[in-house]
Amino acid sequence: MRDMVKVEKLCREFDVSPPWLNRVIEGKSKAILHAVNDVSFNIKKNSVYALVGESGSGKSTIGKIVVGLLPPTSGSVEIDGVDLFHERDKSKLNSTRSGIQMIFQDPYASLNPRWKVGGIIVEPVEARGGNTKGLAEKLLEQVGLSALDVNKYPHEFSGGQRQRICIARALAAEPNLIVCDEPTSALDVSVQAQVLNLMSDLREEFKLTYLFISHDLTIVQHMADVVGVLYLGRLIEEAPRDILFGSPKHPYTQMLLEAAPKLDGFGREVAPPKGEIPDPINPPSGCAYHPRCPIATDKCKAERPEMTMKDKTRVACFFA
Amino acid sequence: MNNMGEIVLSVRDFGVEIPTRQGILRPVDGLSLDIARGKILGVVGESGAGKSMTGNAVIGLLDPPAHVAGGEIWLNGKRIDNLNRERMRKIRGKEIGMVFQDPLTSLNPLLPIGDQLVETIMEHLPVDKKQAMEKAVAALDEVGIPAAAQRIGSYPHEFSGGMRQRVVIALALCAEPSLVIADEPTTALDVSVQAQIISLLKRMCKERGTAIMLITHDMGVIAETADEVAVMYAGRMVELGPVRDVLTSPTHPYTQGLMASTPLAAKGNKRLNQIEGAMPRLDNLPQGCAFHPRCSIAKDKCKINPAPGMDLNEGRAACWFADGTKQ
Ligand SMILES: Nc1ncnc2c1ncn2[C@@H]1O[C@H](COP(=O)(O)OP(=O)(O)OP(=O)(O)O)[C@@H](O)[C@H]1O
Ligand SMILES: Nc1ncnc2c1ncn2[C@@H]1O[C@H](COP(=O)(O)OP(=O)(O)OP(=O)(O)O)[C@@H](O)[C@H]1O
Ligand SMILES: [Mg+2]
Ligand SMILES: [Mg+2]
Repeated sequence: MRDMVKVEKLCREFDVSPPWLNRVIEGKSKAILHAVNDVSFNIKKNSVYALVGESGSGKSTIGKIVVGLLPPTSGSVEIDGVDLFHERDKSKLNSTRSGIQMIFQDPYASLNPRWKVGGIIVEPVEARGGNTKGLAEKLLEQVGLSALDVNKYPHEFSGGQRQRICIARALAAEPNLIVCDEPTSALDVSVQAQVLNLMSDLREEFKLTYLFISHDLTIVQHMADVVGVLYLGRLIEEAPRDILFGSPKHPYTQMLLEAAPKLDGFGREVAPPKGEIPDPINPPSGCAYHPRCPIATDKCKAERPEMTMKDKTRVACFFA
Repeated sequence: MNNMGEIVLSVRDFGVEIPTRQGILRPVDGLSLDIARGKILGVVGESGAGKSMTGNAVIGLLDPPAHVAGGEIWLNGKRIDNLNRERMRKIRGKEIGMVFQDPLTSLNPLLPIGDQLVETIMEHLPVDKKQAMEKAVAALDEVGIPAAAQRIGSYPHEFSGGMRQRVVIALALCAEPSLVIADEPTTALDVSVQAQIISLLKRMCKERGTAIMLITHDMGVIAETADEVAVMYAGRMVELGPVRDVLTSPTHPYTQGLMASTPLAAKGNKRLNQIEGAMPRLDNLPQGCAFHPRCSIAKDKCKINPAPGMDLNEGRAACWFADGTKQ
């Protein structure tokens, strides 16, 4: 199958230096944070690629770059053969862009409270001058709400229903790629199931491709075809879902899977993981995970392992 | 619940009311539960189910206009729900420790953490300043703050989120309380840090015999941590029992639906079970059992009569039909 998304050597830096005056007075130097560092991955058409990792690992930054909300510092993102940041042909670029939609974590913040639901849903299509007659009604029914809801306001809906409205709005643009950033983190478990099922159904119906961002491994295991694990802005392991969950190769992935609470883990005693995520502004030398890694050697301190293919897994560890 | 050893916390037929213009809301209603020494009771439920209200009521920290509306709370054989503010303030800290989701709500940003610990220790234990300082270092050491003696002068903002939560736990435990109320203590933390905090709470519970009420919406955390679990829905407890029983063979239709809707490892790509609809708001509770509009086995009786109370010694679920007799 063809690739829908090709992310190549993606880097994104943020200048987090203290203000110029403070630098002078306190003798501090410039500080650059590498939020995303040399990340490459492909997403096959009609598949779900999940990015997992702890807070600050760069998941949302990658998501924003892929939908074109944030430019990369270097590297490229190709969507369906069009280079998002280097393509010169404006019309080609526009049609590619409108085929990418994003769903955010917070369904409360992402809906304008003063607009009626119908208006919210068709807004992206209207902005392009498209035909919106009956569109909102149709989409509302597709996401399991009622056509009569077009005249209601967002506050009249529960969290799960609002997330459906966000999904309906994303669908209005007839996307082929949807980037979901923690789409169910703000939802309760019983409502989360409604939204995840809907996303699976829509994937079949509209042949959608998903970039699915989450820190919740149980959801990722349920939804993803391929999983990429990020640590401090770098991809450190990538494998098809069952292989990643069945035999994780990177010690960090192993730790993550081990530490995640299990529904059948009654009385389970885990040796708590060592240490915490290091300061992203001054990451450790060599492999960034080495200070917490149980099998790290001097080599890991000095040298950074590249992503290499081992069976069906790409992994960045000398000892995987 | 009979042979569980020394009961630390006992709540009986307890309720909380909030008077509003639309009428009286009951965010907690008819709640009864026990926690024994050295045991962890998990309290789970969806957002708005009344978990925090329950925890806050036990420690006497309800925000007005919410107030206690009947029932009893007993701590180590003493009734505490009718104490005045001052007596209750003494009990908090000394006999009940508290850990909240945001560690910053429990810490004073302007005071070094050592001073905060010393203050709490001296208020509740008969020690002098020097002994209190030693105890403070020991407490930080115990919760895994590296180089505790050096960090004692640090301010809260100099610690990471996980470290701050450790400091809060040290603060909650330094006066050696018999009960700790932990309200979503790991919700804001990463998986690896969560595992560290959970392991710490379990160790405290085992080594000191502290009883813990662990409030969370994460079933996985409950499975690994709790001895018993109480499931709340719309202000009522709908199921209570040993954690393994409730999670692997739930009897209330809500708990059954909840467990089935959780993405479980083995299920792969199959569809998740859905409970249609959402939990009703308190100002819009349906008549009868609050769960009946979403319940797949609801009968006419459920639409008229409130769900039956839970007999602490026998039934596990507040449901007319939970025992399988589909009358
Ligand atoms: N606009 C910005 N300015 C400065 N730093 C930023 C900015 N956006 C993100 N960062 C930093 O980049 C890193 C990656 O952030 P990102 O939001 O991508 O992480 P994440 O994996 O989505 O985390 P979370 O799970 O907390 O959402 C973090 O260290 C963050 O502080
Ligand atoms: N002052 C108030 N007036 C009206 N309703 C209130 C007030 N304070 C709280 N409530 C309601 O009381 C109910 C119980 O709230 P509580 O904070 O105990 O929920 P919770 O189970 O802890 O939820 P969460 O998981 O979101 O923390 C909620 O429905 C809330 O809306
Ligand atoms: Mg993010
Ligand atoms: Mg709460």
